[in-house]
Amino acid sequence: MSAAASRYETVIGLEVHAQLSTRSKMFCGCPTTFGAPPNTQTCPVCLGMPGVLPVVNRRAVEFGIRTALAFSCRVNEACRFARKHYYYPDMPKNYQISQYEEPLAEDGFLEIDVEGGARSIGIQRLHLEEDVGKLLHEGTLETAQASLVDFNRSGVALMETVSRPDLSSPAEAASYLRAFRSVLIFLGVCDGNMEEGSLRCDANVSIRPRGSAPLGTKVEIKNLNSFRNVQRALEFEVRRQAQALDAGERIVQETRLWEADRGYTRSMRTKEFAHDYRYFPEPDLVPLQIDRRWVEEIRAELPELPRAWRRRAVAQYGLPPYDAEVLTQSRALVDYYEAALRESSQASGAGTDRPKVLSNWIMSELLRVLPGDDERAIKSSPIPPRHLVGLLQLIENSTISGKIAKDVFQKMFDTGQDARTIVEREGLTQVADEGALGRVIDSVMAANPKAIEDYRRGKKEAKGALIGQVMKETRGKANPALVNRLLEDKLSQT
Amino acid sequence: MIDRKDVEHVARLTRLALTEPELERMREQLNSILAHLDTLRAVPTEGVEPTSHAVDVVNVMREDEPAPCLPRDVALANAPDPSDGLFRVPRIIEE
Amino acid sequence: MHRPIHELSAAYRRGDLTPVAVAEDYLARIGAFDGKVGAYLTVVREQALAAARESELRWRAGSPRGPLDGAPIALKDVLCTAGVRTTAGSRMLERFVPPYDATIVERLRAAGAVVLGKTNLDEFAMGSSTEHSAFHPTRNPWDLARVPGGSSGGSAAAVAGGLAAGAYGSDTGGSIRQPAAFCGVVGLKPTYGRVSRYGLIALASSLDQIGPFAQDVADTALLLGVVAGHDRRDATSIQAPVPDYAAELTKGVAGLTLGLPDEYFIDGMDPDVERAVRQAIEVLQGLGARIERVSLPTTRHSLAAYYVILPAEASSNLARYDGVKFGLRVPGRDLVEMQSRTRAAGFGAEVKRRIMLGTYALSAGYYDAYYGKAQSVRTLVRREFAAAFARVDLIVAPTTPNVAFKHGEKEDPLSMYLNDVFTIPGNLAGIPGVSVPCGFSAAGLPIGLQVLGRPLDEARVLRAAYAYEQATTWRSRRPELA
Repeated sequence: MSAAASRYETVIGLEVHAQLSTRSKMFCGCPTTFGAPPNTQTCPVCLGMPGVLPVVNRRAVEFGIRTALAFSCRVNEACRFARKHYYYPDMPKNYQISQYEEPLAEDGFLEIDVEGGARSIGIQRLHLEEDVGKLLHEGTLETAQASLVDFNRSGVALMETVSRPDLSSPAEAASYLRAFRSVLIFLGVCDGNMEEGSLRCDANVSIRPRGSAPLGTKVEIKNLNSFRNVQRALEFEVRRQAQALDAGERIVQETRLWEADRGYTRSMRTKEFAHDYRYFPEPDLVPLQIDRRWVEEIRAELPELPRAWRRRAVAQYGLPPYDAEVLTQSRALVDYYEAALRESSQASGAGTDRPKVLSNWIMSELLRVLPGDDERAIKSSPIPPRHLVGLLQLIENSTISGKIAKDVFQKMFDTGQDARTIVEREGLTQVADEGALGRVIDSVMAANPKAIEDYRRGKKEAKGALIGQVMKETRGKANPALVNRLLEDKLSQT
Repeated sequence: MIDRKDVEHVARLTRLALTEPELERMREQLNSILAHLDTLRAVPTEGVEPTSHAVDVVNVMREDEPAPCLPRDVALANAPDPSDGLFRVPRIIEE
Repeated sequence: MHRPIHELSAAYRRGDLTPVAVAEDYLARIGAFDGKVGAYLTVVREQALAAARESELRWRAGSPRGPLDGAPIALKDVLCTAGVRTTAGSRMLERFVPPYDATIVERLRAAGAVVLGKTNLDEFAMGSSTEHSAFHPTRNPWDLARVPGGSSGGSAAAVAGGLAAGAYGSDTGGSIRQPAAFCGVVGLKPTYGRVSRYGLIALASSLDQIGPFAQDVADTALLLGVVAGHDRRDATSIQAPVPDYAAELTKGVAGLTLGLPDEYFIDGMDPDVERAVRQAIEVLQGLGARIERVSLPTTRHSLAAYYVILPAEASSNLARYDGVKFGLRVPGRDLVEMQSRTRAAGFGAEVKRRIMLGTYALSAGYYDAYYGKAQSVRTLVRREFAAAFARVDLIVAPTTPNVAFKHGEKEDPLSMYLNDVFTIPGNLAGIPGVSVPCGFSAAGLPIGLQVLGRPLDEARVLRAAYAYEQATTWRSRRPELA
């Protein structure tokens, strides 16, 4: 804990914008594929042309309700859309269709793990809105003589979730965002890809002297688009505010932009009037009266959420909490893991701690070779769960050693073949023939009299050197347990 | 009554460059119209729900089906300053 | 050849007339007279003739698409037409060519209608005289020194002057009914949501409704029937079956109760108008209708509520015209300067005034006092109509307090706004209303009788208008342009 953080209490609330994984945009039928050439995914509606009208995407509402239920929010019986006005060239109508006084859902919470236990972070509201387009600057924003607008993203369905100011440190904020992302991914409502902007975060942060009751002046920080940036930006901002207070200055209520490359927040010098959004109910859309039966249908289909899965994985599979946490960063990863466990229970040779061994292999090997942990990467993994289990079986029945197994794994990844095929083709089967191994041991012992002498004088490490020699002679294919037993027999015989 | 500063503020909010005489005329006309609109204050509306839609239609939604987009040249056909498939705008000075 | 569409189609069927000959005749009349009237902003001669030729083939083959096949019509220039510029009467959209058809335009094309062109209007439909088009004013065919009313003045003048067999306009506070009254034609504002607004350049989204202008009530029924009905692209459009309006026309008014609202006969209204409307009511009584007085006391606050709601919604709808994506751009050193100059140059005085008013009414601290209040007053207006319609089947009243005024006569915005005092409540309540000719002033200017009905009760509204029309001879009088 920094000095500043110890003198002051930090109060943070996060606003997270999630792009919903709908097939079409929020109010029109344009597709939402990321990375399409500029302005190829637009129509009169999302270009804001004269005379066009929006129509609500039912699945976006369903995704909103699904998320609201996962956060135990109250899904409002009536909600409506409103227009939020401000001029910006990436917003074609110069108003955004959003929700204001009557959001889709309110009053929920998200449990996060913090040092020494769990905390419940309040969720104030959840609402639906449309995304804006993308601005490209000819140079940097400050120096550009012109900017260019791509409206592909304009109108994509967004879900904004506003937390209560319940987060008490930058680390907690990052933890909230991680847990939040993981829930959305489990629900299948957002791909959680922060690099592609599927999840974007703004923070409200204030500090106050420890123990003092009134909240400090709130500063809004924009542009927090990775876990690391959330934490770094908030740490910077808490430090900045603490230094200001220490110097007897007042904190100005303002919006600041996180400059990730430069590692600081800077004031956006927003004039007061720019915040006059002139909300009024969107006359082109009729109110939604959310049918309770619909809500119950969605509730009935809610998947197991990350926290529940982690609890079950720890209790039922004996998985360490850390492993469970890593796996729940992605719904697809958990699915992969569960599929591997099912394969494993059907396969012979159980007896070792398969749940833990599987998670080790997934965390240290699979995630190393895959391009990411998202659904796309995992679903297209060249090593399906069945192949991974097949590899583990070969280790357990001593066909190959653990060391060879890592090479086999890489080859499985490169070729998409199963472990047995590779092992057989490349002759990697472990030498478990006592006669053959005995002959190798004899020749190694003959060549290393000094090691034998050392061992007999009580220097037990010498045995390791001999085993190493045997493994070297067999190019790693010797069964280490068998080598050990045979060597001990021979050393004790003479 | 709204004054010149209000008029200038509203003109800025809605991005209208008004000349000096226009600002003055606008102030006079808005005040005369607002004086009429202020007669609304006399209408008792306590507890009266506002009507934002003349018809009582609710829950209109569309299925999540992708539909064809405009070809890019058509999307940009009315653009004042198209540039390589993008809409070009003069430099943005943050406010 | 200027005769109602139902007569044209009967002549097509008999082979007495052909769609091409009729289209050519209308185009010739436009060529001869529209220089005086100024009803059109754009005439699509070649497209019209091509559509007429196709229609002619269908009639010859004995397979017309319906009663509008081959009917030469005009569209107010707020209705988007794919490939044909759609200006909203504004410099802002002088060169705007939509890549899409409005839903009603699609339906009209599918019905075989022949679109002659796009008609003039007050810029962005803001006005009651069609003097405030950015391009030129429209003149009233009955007296070229007078206005045709507005904002759909071009469409009304086109039908009155024989420059189109029928036309469409939009009505936000009377913009169909008032020019219909001023020009001596029939004009109908349907129930809000009856006709899709998709492709209608929005003025005030919660009030705007598209409707027809026609030479008689029978045509009005046809023109409504073709464009009415649910559209999945307009979330506010109503999912209700469309009745056969034409078939309902002849049922008469015997046994119907007509409400006569006290508040629609006010001090300062033209005595000729009051006399004509009272006589019309006697005619309806003579046809068997019962007349009952009703009270709509919030009528006197409707104008103020309307002049909050309309500018507020308009200021929002017109925010998109900023020189970025389409329409006019005036260069500037930076974005804000470009946008501010573009909007200053692209919008006329009335548009600017309403944008300013609406922006102010929605801005922080004023929302409740203006917009919120106006929406509550709107609820009162709706309730009063609902209470009245519990007792009466229809409401009859004058369409306007006076007849067509002279160009330049109403310079003061408020006196202009007063023109819509009898039509605005229908928009606030979302109910249907028709204006049907009911006589002439001493100076020979047309007067309109307004019939208002319950939501979705266009059939009964038209039925009463038809009964009145058939009992009188006003429609035989035509303005002489030659």
